[in-house]
Amino acid sequence: MRYAMAIDTRKCVGCSDCVVACQTENNVPLGFCRDWVVEVVDGTYPNVSIELRSERCNHCANSPCVRCCPTGASHFEDGGIVLVEHDKCIGCGACIQACPYDARYSHPDGYVDKCTFCIHRVREGKNPACVSVCPTKCMSFGDLDDPNSKIVNVLKNRKFKSLAPEAGTKPQIFYLI
Amino acid sequence: MKEELFASGRNIPNIDPYLNIWHWQIPGYLFLGGLAAGILFFASFFTIMGKQHKMEATVRKAPMIVPFALVIGLFMLFLDLKHKLYFWQLYTTVRYQSPMSWGAWVLMAITPLSILWAASYVRELFPRWDWKYDILKTFEKWIIANRILLAWPLAILSVILGIYTGILLSAFNARPLWNTSILGPLFLVSGMSTGAAVIMLMSKDHKERKIIGRIDILLIIVELFFIIHLLMGFLAGSEAQINAANLFLGGRFTAPFFAFVVILGLIFPAVLETLELRGFKVPIIVPAVLILLGGLIFRFLMVEAGQITRYLY
Amino acid sequence: MHTRRNFIKISSLGLGAAAVIGGSVKWAVGAAPSQKLSGGLKSTPVWKKVSTYCEVCFWKCAGWAYVSEEGNIQKIIGNDNDPQCNGRLCPRGTGGVGMYSDPDRLKTPLMRVTINGEQTYREASWEEALDFIAKKMKEIAEKHGPESMALFNHGSSGKYFTQLLNAFGSNNVTAPSFAQCRGPRDTGFDLTFGESVSSPEVTDIRDTRCLVLIGSHIGENMHNGQVQEMSEAIDNGATIITVDPRLSTAASKSKYWLPIKPSTDIALLLSWIHVLIYDDLYNKDYVAKYGEGFNELKEHVRNFTPEWAYGITTLKPELIRHTAREMANAAPATLIHPGRHTSWYGDDVQRSRAIAILNGLLGSWGNRGGIFFKEGIKVPDFPHPEYPKPQWSWQDTLNGRYPLAKESITNTIIEASIPGEGNEHQIKGWIVSGTNLVVSVPLKEQLMKAMQSLDLLVVVDTMPMEITGFADVVLPECTYLERYDDLRATAHREPTLVLRMPAVEPLYETKPAWWIAKQIGERLGLGAYFNYTDFKEVIDWQLKQLGLTLDEMERIGVKRYARKTPAYIEPGADHQFKTASGKIQFNSMELQKAGFDSMPVYTPHAQPEDGFYRLIYGRAPMHTFSRTANNRNLVALMPENAVWVNPQVAELWGLKKDQHVWLKNQQGVVSNFSVKVRVTERIRWDSVYIVHGFGHKYKPLTYAFGRGVNDTELISNVMIDPIMGGTGMRGNFVTFIKDEPKKEAKL
Ligand SMILES: Nc1nc2c(c(=O)[nH]1)N[C@H]1C(S)=C(S)[C@@H](COP(=O)(O)OP(=O)(O)OC[C@H]3O[C@@H](n4cnc5c(=O)[nH]c(N)nc54)[C@H](O)[C@@H]3O)O[C@H]1N2
Ligand SMILES: Nc1nc2c(c(=O)[nH]1)N[C@H]1C(S)=C(S)[C@@H](COP(=O)(O)OP(=O)(O)OC[C@H]3O[C@@H](n4cnc5c(=O)[nH]c(N)nc54)[C@H](O)[C@@H]3O)O[C@H]1N2
Ligand code: SF4
Ligand code: SF4
Ligand code: SF4
Ligand code: SF4
Ligand code: SF4
Ligand SMILES: [Mo]
Repeated sequence: MRYAMAIDTRKCVGCSDCVVACQTENNVPLGFCRDWVVEVVDGTYPNVSIELRSERCNHCANSPCVRCCPTGASHFEDGGIVLVEHDKCIGCGACIQACPYDARYSHPDGYVDKCTFCIHRVREGKNPACVSVCPTKCMSFGDLDDPNSKIVNVLKNRKFKSLAPEAGTKPQIFYLI
Repeated sequence: MKEELFASGRNIPNIDPYLNIWHWQIPGYLFLGGLAAGILFFASFFTIMGKQHKMEATVRKAPMIVPFALVIGLFMLFLDLKHKLYFWQLYTTVRYQSPMSWGAWVLMAITPLSILWAASYVRELFPRWDWKYDILKTFEKWIIANRILLAWPLAILSVILGIYTGILLSAFNARPLWNTSILGPLFLVSGMSTGAAVIMLMSKDHKERKIIGRIDILLIIVELFFIIHLLMGFLAGSEAQINAANLFLGGRFTAPFFAFVVILGLIFPAVLETLELRGFKVPIIVPAVLILLGGLIFRFLMVEAGQITRYLY
Repeated sequence: MHTRRNFIKISSLGLGAAAVIGGSVKWAVGAAPSQKLSGGLKSTPVWKKVSTYCEVCFWKCAGWAYVSEEGNIQKIIGNDNDPQCNGRLCPRGTGGVGMYSDPDRLKTPLMRVTINGEQTYREASWEEALDFIAKKMKEIAEKHGPESMALFNHGSSGKYFTQLLNAFGSNNVTAPSFAQCRGPRDTGFDLTFGESVSSPEVTDIRDTRCLVLIGSHIGENMHNGQVQEMSEAIDNGATIITVDPRLSTAASKSKYWLPIKPSTDIALLLSWIHVLIYDDLYNKDYVAKYGEGFNELKEHVRNFTPEWAYGITTLKPELIRHTAREMANAAPATLIHPGRHTSWYGDDVQRSRAIAILNGLLGSWGNRGGIFFKEGIKVPDFPHPEYPKPQWSWQDTLNGRYPLAKESITNTIIEASIPGEGNEHQIKGWIVSGTNLVVSVPLKEQLMKAMQSLDLLVVVDTMPMEITGFADVVLPECTYLERYDDLRATAHREPTLVLRMPAVEPLYETKPAWWIAKQIGERLGLGAYFNYTDFKEVIDWQLKQLGLTLDEMERIGVKRYARKTPAYIEPGADHQFKTASGKIQFNSMELQKAGFDSMPVYTPHAQPEDGFYRLIYGRAPMHTFSRTANNRNLVALMPENAVWVNPQVAELWGLKKDQHVWLKNQQGVVSNFSVKVRVTERIRWDSVYIVHGFGHKYKPLTYAFGRGVNDTELISNVMIDPIMGGTGMRGNFVTFIKDEPKKEAKL
């Protein structure tokens, strides 16, 4: 089992519903976020293009944050979900330094927090909150090892990229371009 | 024009607009760790070489401050933790891929050894000291008899500790400035140089100072060589690394780096030490303090600048 | 200036009510599922689900409020069974909980008092406040007649105050959603097809093969159903053509983006009509069967070639021809979107007419992928006595102007509230509920004068917005999450009914609008019109008439019905349009009779002088006008607006990204606050863009205060559409001030 997300930059409108939905679903304190939206504008008027990307922890298969964690608080769960166990985390910040995507933040309660792929929902067979709320349905979540899953299908039929592949982290979030 | 922005106002404290998770505690910790490693290395090295009697300050005096340096360093690390009550979790597991874990365990090993080492010399330096309990006295006797057994692990651990202070940073590939294997040796050398500076400050023996001075000049040359290598390596690297190098070559860290680290912290003290070896009268306090300050500032700059550099995607 | 009704900064009275009530909101949604123990993750706790429909904008998506055992609203999720949202709310709806938990909310009734010559508010009991209002209303009725009471409303609360005024004897009820919003479009379509496209729009974006957006910035304009359907259309490979001087989000998703020079849309539309007709691309059968006045139209557009339009719009003739052909290829599944906020340049009915004509030529109306026929459920009215017939009504405030306005016009009611010679229809009292007139109606001086002259100004709101500072009495309504409201029965693709019920008890001393209206009504002796103790009884009664029960609705939230009538014109059917002649009016006799051009004409509009840039404005997907500016869940996403400036302009002015500037318009009006510069290729060099709804200068809005600029204060040139009274707001030009200007006493 290998959970992954595919996000269609051609359909995303940058509305940030995914961000608020994560906030209310996961009780992310205000002023912090587990996901966010990046807008890249390129070209010269009127030949301009926009790429909109909803970003979050990439649940890297080769994740430096897990590697550098001194206590094992950062760890892999089934399906490759990278999780922080709050009671093991000492808040040393090593994993924050280790993440090339700045996907983690220091929670006001002390531990380090980040996207959990909504594991509590996924285990109930639901989609993550951000995926389930997105008005453009531009995100798909699923198991890369399941040949019948929508995500496998989408990745078969579309060009995609991941972020900073040169960092060698093997991100599990793919951006359809 | 290319424009990149957060469409939804992401502005996480200490992460945006640039990373600022580690503050003074970490460079302070790295500095004290490097300094302790340097002193311990020299102390154990000269002991193993059988020169402990010629190197009074190196072997006896300077190591007295090492346990303090280590404990204060560890305390700084503790201060840096955001989830302090869970500190003990560091010692429930060994994570050999995590430099933080390495550091915790190396300190766990080296700190008691350094205490033993210092303790074994306490009565030589403070003749009126009394260990009070017999068991302590017996133990002291045993250590004094088997100092060489303590010197070997200390020598090895001190090198590991010295390298570790650099690897703690270089393990983070995500920060282009730290993403180089040279940081380990560089921090080791720099740490030894600061250790040497402390010894020179404490030594009253001209001969000892001369020996340590010579070593230090060598260390400084190697250090300068590593720094040049570091910057050249970046300039030949990815865009992110070029940006990183440019922080020191024409960017916001250039002035403090060259003024306080390269010139005042390395070249100038090396020149002063050379002059002293040539017989000129130089108050040793000047180069020694400059080296210490340079080493401290170097660590501050590396930690601060490293957090600013990031991957581009 | 010493006026009768000074603007009161509610902050000056400290709003100590919170302490009195003690009901406090736990901020940031309660305890989320614990992620502490990775092995034994607890599953989502079981929360109570309460049916509601969203009130953060007027799309009214059906949703569920999830309430924890402690009574906290944890989250709001769309109702899967609602075809208007398909289980997915937009960011504003998802963040709607911030409306409820806003610490700055109005908490108790407030009454204007003068202490030591200084006007301020004091907290009042409901009894006091309501008695005062009833007394004042009676006085007004005695002196001027009940018609002299007017209602400004927007949103659910409007209905109850409309009933109140109707029972009282006035139908001077108005909303900014006509003259400041969709009025021109509705009038233009009504003149052409005999009916408008309604809200939610009956646009068949889902099934379209070619979607043409004229300034409609779907994706930023976050009307949920439209955004979802546009995404589906992209999946289905529909061609999208967007006409916008700015690279809107929609434009960036389009196959063709036509970066038009602002204010020249009619020229483009006329040339498209020209190409469709003269290149023989229009839907001949459809036009022959259902159209009227085609030959006149053909003659009218003879010279409006793409080459002619090029000189005006700066759009290449080939591009105009090519896109016209794309539309024709996909027809009749082509939708030239009618837009919504269409009060732009004062000739907006004519622009909307041109859009309607294009749809007519392509055969979109009544065809799949174009415009469908809506169907809804008729909810029976709760029984009440006949309303008295007013002596005069809002039509009389028009004084012969705007002959084709089908709905009341905020501006003329405001005007009628200013005493003056020849003002025979004097309005003396206002109830304002759910609209922040100061920020939404651009005619500032008129508005200020009117508000100074009133005998009574009651503002019903949930938040201490600008408008509340002018009230004699401020009444705090509870939010949509704390009340029953009318059943949602809007007509669309399929008939639906939606229940809104309170998820939690109202915080503080806030009350639902139905209760407030009823209380005032009873004090005016109009109790018979409000013959219930709880609005729940009304809903219960209505549901029973429809063969439903409240219990069932509480369980399902949304009730869907099968259509009984066709959604499209049946092939070959003899469809009667709702125009006088039953045909599509390419050439409008109605307009001609009223003394206007019977077919759209392009008239040039003023262009910015040197150093000035056209001020255009629009929406950000995470905010609704000013109503969300203080919602912390949404402020977290976008705390302020920025002024978009083309890099060339930025260089000319030496403006840097994130630099703060003040804006000054062509009449010397300077923005109250500074605004950040966004240097971006997404905007033309002759225009700047800002998102509407920011720059609040009302201190009690802790989060919104002083963030960004308010476009409305820079809109001092208002071009009123002579056909229906719409306030065209895009004829204003601004320049930059880089150093903080000296402030005169403001407001
Ligand atoms: N997120 C969000 N969504 C909303 C609302 C909200 O407040 N927030 N409000 C809702 C309401 S009530 C309405 S009425 C709608 C309004 O939404 P729409 O009807 O879609 O928008 P407009 O305000 O008419 O148009 C704004 C766009 O017009 C472009 N524009 C400016 N000048 C010109 C011009 O001369 N020609 C052309 N072709 N384009 C021009 C601007 O660049 C901008 O992209 O949005 C609705 N949806
Ligand atoms: N400059 C400029 N002006 C514009 C526009 C623009 O784009 N630019 N857009 C125009 C358009 S399209 C429209 S539709 C209008 C909209 O104009 P308005 O309807 O005035 O817009 P809102 O900002 O939504 O104002 C809503 C008011 O209702 C209050 N409110 C929110 N919820 C409730 C509730 O449950 N009960 C009560 N009683 N009050 C509540 C809010 O606090 C706020 O004061 O503005 C128009 N004016
Ligand atoms: S909710 Fe969907 S469309 Fe909106 S920003 Fe997130 S990914 Fe994009
Ligand atoms: S994105 Fe960052 S936090 Fe997430 S798994 Fe990768 S390295 Fe770790
Ligand atoms: S902050 Fe917590 S999760 Fe991150 S590396 Fe340190 S202990 Fe591990
Ligand atoms: S998967 Fe869940 S935790 Fe991760 S960003 Fe989406 S909503 Fe947030
Ligand atoms: S479109 Fe968004 S704000 Fe409007 S009613 Fe639907 S969810 Fe609410
Ligand atoms: Mo509107």
